Amino acid sequence: MLFVPVTLCMVVVVATIKSVGFYTQNDGQRLIYTPFPEDTDTVGQRALHSILNATIMITVIIVMTLVLVLLYKYRCYKVIQGWLFLSSLLLLFFFSYIYLKEVFKTYNVAMDYFTLAIIIWNFGVVGMMCIHWKGPLRLQQAYLIMISALMALVFIKYLPEWTAWLILAVISVYDLLAVLCPKGPLRILVETAQERNEPIFPALIYSSTMVWLVNMADTDRPQRNSTEAEPPQQDAVASPAPSTQSQDDGGFNSTWVNQQEHQLGAIQSTEETRREVQEMPSDRPPVEEDDEERGVKLGLGDFIFYSMLVGKASAAASGDWNTTLACFVAILIGLCLTLLLLAIFKKALPALPISIFFGLVFYFATDNLVRPFMDKLALHQFYI
Amino acid sequence: MTASVFFGCTFIAFGPAIALFLFTIAREPLRVIFLIAGAFFWLVSLLLSSLVWFISVQISNKESAVQQKGLLIFGVVLSVLLQETFRFAYYKLLKKANEGLLTLSQEETMPISIRQLAYVSGLGFGFMSGAFSVVNILADSVGPGTVGIHGDSQHYFLSSAFMTMAIILLHMFWGVVFFDACEKSRWWAVAAVVISHLVVSCLTFQNPEYVASLIPTYVILFVMGIWAFYSAGGSFRNLKLCLTCKDKDFLLSNHRSR
Repeated sequence: MLFVPVTLCMVVVVATIKSVGFYTQNDGQRLIYTPFPEDTDTVGQRALHSILNATIMITVIIVMTLVLVLLYKYRCYKVIQGWLFLSSLLLLFFFSYIYLKEVFKTYNVAMDYFTLAIIIWNFGVVGMMCIHWKGPLRLQQAYLIMISALMALVFIKYLPEWTAWLILAVISVYDLLAVLCPKGPLRILVETAQERNEPIFPALIYSSTMVWLVNMADTDRPQRNSTEAEPPQQDAVASPAPSTQSQDDGGFNSTWVNQQEHQLGAIQSTEETRREVQEMPSDRPPVEEDDEERGVKLGLGDFIFYSMLVGKASAAASGDWNTTLACFVAILIGLCLTLLLLAIFKKALPALPISIFFGLVFYFATDNLVRPFMDKLALHQFYI
Repeated sequence: MTASVFFGCTFIAFGPAIALFLFTIAREPLRVIFLIAGAFFWLVSLLLSSLVWFISVQISNKESAVQQKGLLIFGVVLSVLLQETFRFAYYKLLKKANEGLLTLSQEETMPISIRQLAYVSGLGFGFMSGAFSVVNILADSVGPGTVGIHGDSQHYFLSSAFMTMAIILLHMFWGVVFFDACEKSRWWAVAAVVISHLVVSCLTFQNPEYVASLIPTYVILFVMGIWAFYSAGGSFRNLKLCLTCKDKDFLLSNHRSR
């Protein structure tokens, strides 16, 4: 269920990394959040710079999350909504324009600006509509995957090597703390939303995507769910804030129903929240016919960091495809385990720690241990 | 030439496995989960065996080619044994998880039988094993290059693809036979699986004499296939009914008229 979108996002990122050279080039540009360069003379200096970069980035993220929680708590919904709107605007228009430009450059496709403008305009406007208003479910899912992939690509390009790995590790720890600790910002967010019993508002994170949930067995009452995407913008604040979603029933209900739709023809939309995998026991009439319908939501931030890990593995690893495959399987297994824990504990859980931990372990282990072994085997054509 | 080699070898290597996946596994998320878990277990076994091999290489004499080759052979044998150990560990885990799954899904019957698990986990092992063996080779086959320019075999890509296909299918058959043998406590069958895996791996030591390695592998594949078919409950009668579309149980359960 969640495998398909996560896999799709990763496939898009890996395909782009492998074909479009732009995202692996080191132009010397850096994000403002990671001001220290990594091409230093000594290893110690490099380590120091990467630690500083990671610290700055994490601080920015923490600050942004706190600001969001405060805004939500004091009901400054308009501010949050506007903020998210701007973020998704930037992501859908500017970043996708750059992406398209680079793809055209790679494949040497000649395109005039008028056609390009029409394409980008249509892409962006439909994206804004799907994410913030209404749209067909599949289209909305596709857009969310696309913006997650774009964000992951931006991270892969602009974060230097060691900084990226450090950030991944630190952000999983932060995720763990923020969601599970009683005073954690994400937990406060979730609880506030639940207390107020209000539809999760697309304002808690940078860019929220509104999803209209039409419950098939219910009275076809549309419910609002919003998910937030996290498009760090290069000039604005960026922070993978946790997504929050709520529905009218105060539950975090969202479904990513592929089979259900297919079999029953209902329209249900799913949303991803940032780094929260929640399952809502519904307090609506028992409409959920089976387990798959019960909402399991995954934050867009999770998508972004998973894809970033796999993308970095395919960009940086010399063992090429083996490392990428190993990270892919590790992340999926982490996701399975997280979902299992979700089914057991039935409350909001951080989706990053287990997957990222497995991903990192397998990346380094495969790159350093398995790769020479498999290379030697392939050389002699031995099979194990 | 390179694109056709790439696509040809990819489809040879992964065609049957992907077809099996698409037709039998892709629609059921539970089976997909167990497939990926199987792949993960294979990966962990590979990791451990690589670790041991790596350590042994570090402490050995790196100059001596004979010693390196010997260590590689040792690594292969160790890897095979570890894979089978992890298959057994996966079996044990699945047995334990089955009870947990039962309580979790609040249903009377198990959502997935141990035979389906055997098939799925075997295929998971096979996918991962095949992928790790051949994906880098396939990636190289796209690019510019000349096969066997230093006098090596011209048929490197093709033989790799065929070997990979055999390995993937073999893993699936081994999974089925292994789990069935564990269920019925037939330890000789378990030993036979382990030994046949060792034999297949050791046959590849004769590469690039592909005749000597591929043909016995395919013979073993065929034999294991028949064994897996019978241990999964197939019989000649079943096969006949299935092929002539007269199997009433199957038709009933799939709501199709004859």
